[in-house]
Amino acid sequence: MKMPVLRREFLKTGGALIIGFSLRDVGSAQSPARGTKAGPPDAKQIDTWLAIHADNTATVYLGFVELGQGNSTALPQIAAEELDLAMNQVSTVRIDTNVTPNQGGTYSSASIARGGPQVRTAAAEARAALLEIASKKLKAPVERLTVQKGIVSVMGSPERHVSYGELVGDKPFNLAFTGKAPVKETANYELVGVSIPRRDTPDKVTGKYVYMQHARVEGMLHGRVVRPRGQGAYGAGAKVLALDEDSIRNIGGARVVRKGDFLGVVAEHEWDAIRAAQQLKVTWDSNPTLPGNDGLYDKMRAGETQDKVVLQKGDVAAGLEKGPHVVSFHCRAPYQAHAPFGPNCALADVKADSAVVMSSTQDVYGTRNTLARLLGLAVDKVRVQYYEGSGTYGHSCYDDVAQASAVMSQLAGKPVRLQFMRWDELGWDNFGPAHVGEVRAAADANGKIIAYEYEGWHHNWSNVETTSQLTGVPAAEWPTAAAQQVNPLACGGMYNIPNIRLVNHKVNGLEYLKAAWLRSPLDLSFSFTSEQAIDQLAYLAGVDPHEFRQRNILDARWQGVLDAVAQAAKWTPRRAASNLSDAKVVTGRGIGLGTHLQSWGAAVAEIEVNKETGKIRAKHMYGAIDAGLVVNPGNVESQIMGQMVQTVSRMLLEEVKFSKSAVTSLDWASYPILRFEECPEITPVVVQRLDQKSSGAGEEAMAAAAGAMANAFFDATGVRMREFPMTPERVLAALRG
Amino acid sequence: MSADLKIKVNEREWKVASAPDTPLLYVLAGEIGLQGPRFGCGLAQCGSCSVLVNGVETRSCVTPVSAVRGKQVTTLEGLPKWYASQNKLAKAPDLHPLQQAMIDEQAVQCGYCVNGMIIKGSELLSKTPQPTEPQIRSAMNGHLCRCGTYPRVIRAIQKASRTMAGIA
Repeated sequence: MKMPVLRREFLKTGGALIIGFSLRDVGSAQSPARGTKAGPPDAKQIDTWLAIHADNTATVYLGFVELGQGNSTALPQIAAEELDLAMNQVSTVRIDTNVTPNQGGTYSSASIARGGPQVRTAAAEARAALLEIASKKLKAPVERLTVQKGIVSVMGSPERHVSYGELVGDKPFNLAFTGKAPVKETANYELVGVSIPRRDTPDKVTGKYVYMQHARVEGMLHGRVVRPRGQGAYGAGAKVLALDEDSIRNIGGARVVRKGDFLGVVAEHEWDAIRAAQQLKVTWDSNPTLPGNDGLYDKMRAGETQDKVVLQKGDVAAGLEKGPHVVSFHCRAPYQAHAPFGPNCALADVKADSAVVMSSTQDVYGTRNTLARLLGLAVDKVRVQYYEGSGTYGHSCYDDVAQASAVMSQLAGKPVRLQFMRWDELGWDNFGPAHVGEVRAAADANGKIIAYEYEGWHHNWSNVETTSQLTGVPAAEWPTAAAQQVNPLACGGMYNIPNIRLVNHKVNGLEYLKAAWLRSPLDLSFSFTSEQAIDQLAYLAGVDPHEFRQRNILDARWQGVLDAVAQAAKWTPRRAASNLSDAKVVTGRGIGLGTHLQSWGAAVAEIEVNKETGKIRAKHMYGAIDAGLVVNPGNVESQIMGQMVQTVSRMLLEEVKFSKSAVTSLDWASYPILRFEECPEITPVVVQRLDQKSSGAGEEAMAAAAGAMANAFFDATGVRMREFPMTPERVLAALRG
Repeated sequence: MSADLKIKVNEREWKVASAPDTPLLYVLAGEIGLQGPRFGCGLAQCGSCSVLVNGVETRSCVTPVSAVRGKQVTTLEGLPKWYASQNKLAKAPDLHPLQQAMIDEQAVQCGYCVNGMIIKGSELLSKTPQPTEPQIRSAMNGHLCRCGTYPRVIRAIQKASRTMAGIA
């Protein structure tokens, strides 16, 4: 009854079954008005968040999207808990700018941290309103009412009861938040804090789950973009010098759509669109304005920067002079790709005066704004509906593909479904930016860190999608200034250091690759540099690296997460690199601390280094997160597991390759990621803190894991790595000295 | 066009409208409307589009549809039936034991790769009912996952193996 709001139609055509989806049928049976008007609905109204149905079930309207992280289970858990409903009484609907509230984008691991309290408040307001009505109906004061599975009864007189469904059944509340609705005491939680199995899994393992890539509408065309293989410098665009439309004439039904330098092909059949896109003859101008991998880091250091002191305390120079233990070095970290396993896809139906776009955006309202400008439509004439795609891990090409499908639909006059090819996705990604970090730090004779300085160089997020750039309608998504800053939670901020200074050097991103946030943005780069410095101070002080960190932490939660991971890894104290061996294959262990935002993360890495081949093998990764109140510990364990695997992949294998003209990492051979045979054992550790507010858990142990891996290499070899990925070539060069 | 090309998918015969050199994937997804096999790279590098052809895991993105003429194609949707016929069960279960094990082990995150994981894992279990962990890793090595679910996929295959042997 409260099925997702899309209608599936099965049309028999010549023996084949074609699945169609209606773009228009999106109201729910219970509230036909919902869906007819552009959102966002008023966030202070109970009806925006919740509907109670006659069958005593509830629909909760969420703004945070399911990205594979499990929040389509965890957020309803919060709603069910507050409303005293069972999980199977609470459902959700498709996220849609005409239907669901604007909770902001699903990034920065904010679903539970920011979205959780919103859902909890809304559910508590609804419960309070329901109890008011029940009180009149049952002729008993609210204080004497109790609720179980949506049945309200009078304490001591269980025969006097009424269900939520009977109280409001499908009628709107028409009530604003009072700001006074009491929320449940943590001690009384029955659902929150429990590892409820994910609700999306059964459909995902049977092929019933409708991904963005599966959506189809009647009368649609398949599209493919035609771009040079691999992006050049951001902002330089790609100019069409010559186009031979006759070159695809032999592919029946395929035709070119063009706006400025934006080129695509559309066709009735997908394979025809794919063939046409590959066969179309286009001459592009080539702009060799990139530094290439070889010139990248020198260029970043040489150019002009915008500088900002992120944190300043005490007198770092004086501290560094005191010592006696001092470290000073710099590290380099590459561009890395989001590389979703399935390339991004979108389906747009653009009419003269309105548009509906199905997209796997992390932010339906943000995507709607940019689409409106690109299409020349008023914002309230554009509707964006969310369909989960392949995991995105940050700002992959989902906005670009949504824009491209919309432009193609506008040009073709029909709905267009567009999926990127593997080379489009990898070649034109918004990569996680490259980074150069310089660190100087000192510890006193007692192993106390007395001075710490970090300077980081990287460029800003690109704010114009490729489609937008190529069409000549550069609709910016956010201010040009937006960028990741040197992050205190990955750069020394977790330690109690009297003299500390963090400086961000923002490089102008125009002569570099396109960039955006990639899971735990830049933290792996920060931590690779910073946690090696901390580790080296421990080494110089002759102290076990876990103990050294303990000595330098005041904060109980950093201490807690550090000790939790050390305990899980059965860490035994000894100085790093004290077990060096002449064997061909040596082992090492390392510890690291750091997080992305708000939470607390720690990791231990156990690795193996083959000194002849230079190959590093991660054997066992332990990752711990303290994210306050964890709503669904099973989900967080999954997240930690994913973070450990992805960090190992990024530290050992991943680097975007590019020449002076273009990106050359275009498939899984030229952009390898970790595979089964190389995958370490993973031990996830969830530090549950029922009395603390929830914070993020989707990317909060990756910084720690990056540092732990680098430190494990030192423990194994007595040598420090200064650049990642730690490929065999770089390892052998480092071992040679 | 090849009005006479017919293929057998999940024990049902389909008349193919696409040209015979069209990759199988676009017939399964476009003509038949199946959601198991899906595009990942188009280069046979990732395993997203995997199906079983006569019980052998095959990358449908690079296999011309004409190549499966006269063969049995099984997709994720048809696995329970295929499992039943392999094991001479009177009735197909709701789920292949590996599908159930993926749920039990909560092995899925975004789930886009899960088609290939289950197809390849089923092939492995049909040939090697009690695989060792190195055998599992080796068999699965051509299937990528970006969310990092490998450890739980391994556990799910081990669990399905026990279920199938009746030692769950």
